[in-house]
Amino acid sequence: MKIAVASGKGGTGKTTVSINLYFFIEKFFNKAVQLVDCDVEEPNDALFFPGAETKREKEVFLSVPEINPGKCTFCKKCSNWCEFNAISIVKALKFAGVNADLCHSCGACLEACNFGAISEQNQTLGQIKYLDTGIGLGLTEGRLKVGSSMQTSLIKKVKKETNPNSEIVIFDAPPGTSCPVVETVADADYVILVTEPTPFGLHDLKITVELLLDLQIPFGVIINKAGLGNRNVYEFLVHYNIDILAEIPFDKSYAGKYASGDILENIPDEIEEIYKELIQKLELKLALR
Amino acid sequence: MKEITVLSGKGGAGKTTFAAALASVAQNAVFCDNDVDAADLHLIFQPEIKESHSFSSGNKAEIQSESCTNCGLCAEKCRFDAIHFNTKKQYKINPFQCEGCRLCERICPENAIQVFENTNNSWYVSNTRFGKLVHAKMGPGEENSGKLVTRIREKAKEIALDINADFIINDGPPGIGCSAISSVTGTDLVLMVIEPTLSGLHDAKRLMELVRNFEIPVFAVINKYDLNPKVSENVIQYLSENHIRLAGKINFDKNVVKSIIFEKTIVEFSPKCNFSKEIYYIWNQITEHFSV
Repeated sequence: MKIAVASGKGGTGKTTVSINLYFFIEKFFNKAVQLVDCDVEEPNDALFFPGAETKREKEVFLSVPEINPGKCTFCKKCSNWCEFNAISIVKALKFAGVNADLCHSCGACLEACNFGAISEQNQTLGQIKYLDTGIGLGLTEGRLKVGSSMQTSLIKKVKKETNPNSEIVIFDAPPGTSCPVVETVADADYVILVTEPTPFGLHDLKITVELLLDLQIPFGVIINKAGLGNRNVYEFLVHYNIDILAEIPFDKSYAGKYASGDILENIPDEIEEIYKELIQKLELKLALR
Repeated sequence: MKEITVLSGKGGAGKTTFAAALASVAQNAVFCDNDVDAADLHLIFQPEIKESHSFSSGNKAEIQSESCTNCGLCAEKCRFDAIHFNTKKQYKINPFQCEGCRLCERICPENAIQVFENTNNSWYVSNTRFGKLVHAKMGPGEENSGKLVTRIREKAKEIALDINADFIINDGPPGIGCSAISSVTGTDLVLMVIEPTLSGLHDAKRLMELVRNFEIPVFAVINKYDLNPKVSENVIQYLSENHIRLAGKINFDKNVVKSIIFEKTIVEFSPKCNFSKEIYYIWNQITEHFSV
């Protein structure tokens, strides 16, 4: 069972919800649960498990082409086949260059070249780390190399690291609605959208709902920071008959605990109660037992 | 003409709130919403759209089932795992996974694959009470947000040169990936909004690593300063150790949410609150930086 936590707008509470779900599923449910941080640009889940031990860490790569000037005839077929403008060929200067930052590693240039002049070399895309958090099957984190613009490729690789023994996997998605989010939620059985009851929260929720309807993935909504803002988010959800899974009240002192990474310690009773109910709802919805 | 980009790394730190607040204090500026994925600045600016353009985010391939012999070559060569055997035992391309590289189209021995240009994105030039705004709306799940950011920034620049504007203010995207990179490239100053949380600081550090590669000056502001004084101290320490200028500190203020509900900038909504005063102070530092 794969559950993705997404939001559209940033800062609504995806990470808070993901780590709490992970914690409480283990506590109330006794299922083999794994947490996967797919927000590879800014992975934050690990910050909330200060005692976690890194068990494995590996560098992951993207294959980018290299053109051998000795074999290249400067025919330009590869650059014509490259849809991402990553190859420039200047016949008069006998120049054949690859701009690795633009390369999507699709392999088209390799297929294009009739002279065996193109080979591939590895370029660092980022790291994948596996942490033992003492909870369930642990946390897998993807961390994009600063400067790389290929976040979606890394998310794809991170998702392949799911533990085969896991019964429930929680994917913490990046903000937004474009390709990295699609990559994260694409094969999820259910998506939890986290929103806040503000105009920005509502606007970005609407575009995310549109995306999930397109993708035909079932979803429900958690309203975080309830009490801030206005009722428009509720009206929208009721109007479109979208499930409200939980409401988490805004509390400045809880926000302060989040700030220092202490939300899994001395959890207030009302927060525990909210997650308990949430998990019971998910249980019914997803026939988890 | 100087270009200022508001960024944060972490989402929800207050980029749009700051960009909107700057609109209330900056004179003769053009605005550009670089967060094309989840654009929110227009909710405050209430733009009157004057020009509307479609933007191609690349191609999507489609298999014409009647010519396909199910040889499977395309699925084997596709590096994006976008081609699958469906329940009707036919190869199909998942448009959300298709990267638009056209490799499958080019190698198909039956010429059974066609490629369509994807024009599901739009961008606009609008009039607002603050001046011109260039903004965009991406279709859900679209690619190439970086290219769209570059396109609207070009347009904002064109307008700014045309009307002899003094500033372009970009409301940036979260993260440090393709659209953040496109937002940073060639800008004159980054205004980094930091939320004083472990996540906020962690994300700001990664953003700094990115911005440093471009050698662009950075002014930092700490938003929701009083959320956790200890973490705020850590942020200040990080900034001073790394010689990053702290241009302002702003306490958490529920008026910010209210101002958004009333479609106003914080300066319009509550001109005398501390946030508004601080914005003038921050803006003065920015203009002084450029006039020296």
